[in-house]
Amino acid sequence: MYNMMGIILTGGKNNRLKELSAERSISAVPFGGKYRAIDFALSNMINSGIRNVGIPTQYNFHSLMDHLGSGKEWDLDRKNDGLFILPPYLSEYGTGWYKGNADAMYSNLTFLNRSNEEFVLINQGYAIYNMNYTDMLKQHVDKDADITIACRYMKDFPREYLCNLGIVEQDSDQRITNLQEKPLNPKSDFASMGVYIIKRKLLISLLEDSAAHGYYEFVRDILVKKVNELRLYAYEFTGYWRPLCNIQLYYRTNMELLNPSVRHELFEKNGRIFTKVKDEPPAKYNDEAVVKNSIVADGCIIEGHVENSILFRGVKVKRGAVIKNSIIMQDSVVCENTFLDNCILDKSVIITADKQLKGDKNWPLVVGKSVVV
Amino acid sequence: MVKEIIALILAGGAGSRLGVLTKLIAKPAVMYGGKYRIIDFSLSNCINSGIDTVGVLTQYRPLQLNHHIGIGKPWDMDRMNGGVTILSPFTKQLKREWYSGTADAVYQNMHYIEEQNPKYVIILSGDHVYKMNYSMMLDFHKKNNADVTISAIEVPVEEAHRYGIIHATDEGKIYGFEEKPPEPKSNLASMGVYIFNLNVLKECLIEDHHDDKSDHDFGKNVIPKLLKDGKNLWAYTFSGYWRDVGTIQAYYESNMDLITRVPQFNLFDPNWKIYTPNPIKPAHYIGENGYVSRSIIAEGCMVFGNVRNSVIFSGVTIEENANIENCIIMSNSTIKHGSYLNCTIVGEKTTIGSGVNSGVGEYADNIFNSKIYQSKITVIGSNTIVPDNIAIGCNVVIDNHILPGDFPLTDIPSGYALLKGSDGNV
Repeated sequence: MYNMMGIILTGGKNNRLKELSAERSISAVPFGGKYRAIDFALSNMINSGIRNVGIPTQYNFHSLMDHLGSGKEWDLDRKNDGLFILPPYLSEYGTGWYKGNADAMYSNLTFLNRSNEEFVLINQGYAIYNMNYTDMLKQHVDKDADITIACRYMKDFPREYLCNLGIVEQDSDQRITNLQEKPLNPKSDFASMGVYIIKRKLLISLLEDSAAHGYYEFVRDILVKKVNELRLYAYEFTGYWRPLCNIQLYYRTNMELLNPSVRHELFEKNGRIFTKVKDEPPAKYNDEAVVKNSIVADGCIIEGHVENSILFRGVKVKRGAVIKNSIIMQDSVVCENTFLDNCILDKSVIITADKQLKGDKNWPLVVGKSVVV
Repeated sequence: MVKEIIALILAGGAGSRLGVLTKLIAKPAVMYGGKYRIIDFSLSNCINSGIDTVGVLTQYRPLQLNHHIGIGKPWDMDRMNGGVTILSPFTKQLKREWYSGTADAVYQNMHYIEEQNPKYVIILSGDHVYKMNYSMMLDFHKKNNADVTISAIEVPVEEAHRYGIIHATDEGKIYGFEEKPPEPKSNLASMGVYIFNLNVLKECLIEDHHDDKSDHDFGKNVIPKLLKDGKNLWAYTFSGYWRDVGTIQAYYESNMDLITRVPQFNLFDPNWKIYTPNPIKPAHYIGENGYVSRSIIAEGCMVFGNVRNSVIFSGVTIEENANIENCIIMSNSTIKHGSYLNCTIVGEKTTIGSGVNSGVGEYADNIFNSKIYQSKITVIGSNTIVPDNIAIGCNVVIDNHILPGDFPLTDIPSGYALLKGSDGNV
């Protein structure tokens, strides 16, 4: 698929992930024991043969840049093409901060102009799914579409969160007849995944056109406005897909990894998920360890009781500690006889001995980065 | 830029005392400690000591080793200048020859050393497990104005006869060296780590090459000769964890050292990481009924059964009701439900059928080779499929690439050997 390039949108300021996104772009949120959210969007591109990827970044992109580096882990440290991180910049024309995702792409028209692939795949850095885009491109060409949007019936998705998504109506030929961005009362559960295929030349002209009119949002100002003018088609994706739009979904999606079929689909079925390596030794279980239904990454040392939880790399669980239904991120330490239930600990958190922290299934307790409790 | 020091890692050894574990791969490529291969320790020590130019001398079954090292990316040795270079034996215009000994292997690659033109050369063995800062040894070498510095470690007196034994003053000046002496006069053993001044190395290797009586071995020939010639040799005493995991027993014990509460050999040190190509797999999963204690488990594993006192490499699946005790299970193997494994080493990509019992029964001498297989550990090679409901005794060896059809219909008694072909090329 050397005829398609990729753009990953990493999102603006989003505090719906509470402390987790306070210091990092939502695409850089740690996920599933060793990943960051963007690994999925990026690995999907790699597994689909895309070798030229641009990532406009804006809000707190330090951890994202640190994570992506030269793109080595994704095999994107190439002489030609490869990985391009596109932070905002000031110039004579005074672009500055990106005002929206269309503006982010418009500000990097040079990148789009210089690339020579015929198609562009745009996706979002905060969605967890494993998808090969080859089929979608084929449909795009077969239907002679202007823009193809990957959509999905969100039957397995809590209804109250549907209003965070774009709802799509299509005719019998899959042509999109109506598109509502984040409607208060969604008419159906057929939602856009924020994955688009579009001809590069068309994207450039649409971006120039919208910039000339002072519009900045790709969905609101381009797709919704041109739904009748352009040939918009829906491509139905039937696999597992979860956007990390809020802390409840973040928590829920992590917990769904404890389900073997979800793990199989995300990590094995359609290709592997790549991430930055940390070179930690294998996890060590000492005599007292009791671990059930949990995901444990390399570098952990466990002497306590862990159940229905996800431990990221380098977590230490001391003797007598009990962790239930929780997500413990990299290098956090849970000391002796502490009890955690429904908690999310960000990186390098220390919970000292004999503490009791309890959240609710629908309202997990979040402890911010490097906090000592 | 001229390099002050470069390293040469001797990785051509067959490691024949590791039996089926080294039948198809070189000893430095044998898996160790849940995710590593033995050569990772030497390579990581080099990069952590600031040595970024490393030649790896291969000879015996190098495919797995070449594949593992690649361009040296995991060790940050994919460099414009220097980096890692695999030095395999090669034919010359008039001669076609293999490396006939450790010294000969280095001699034949003198052109590589000359091209780098360093001041010092450190010669390492690729089959030892240890963490050592070679830059401290180099400082010692420079301070003493030495021609050669040998790294040495104190070993138990009763084992000293297996090593090259150094006689040195308290400061470390060497005045005597005996290779594997029957009655050792000291317990200071050579670790096979040498720092040479470039010109001394060149001289002594050329001399050794022209000596027809020499076996072209550093410990046996080159070092005693240098000492005889009155060169300035020093011993640098190393006191950390160091193992030549040369036998199945030693290999097993060294792996088991890692699962103790506070291991003597700490792999968790953030300032001295051991690097290796990381498998691209998710974090491991322990099932609802899984139980793990006193073990190390790598990424990509799925544990639904019970694991005690064991080392489990990446990508291993342990099904429900399988019981693993005191075992080493290498990458991507599957242990089916209801099986019981005790004191068993299972090679890569091997499947153990359901209801299999292994490592059970009384000890018996191994019928194939009682020198290699002399403990109660049962060894099952890589890419083997053990059929369901079979009982395997202890001190049994089962070759690589054995299929269910190759198994006898009855149970396998202790001390049995199930081997295929003479060279393992199935």
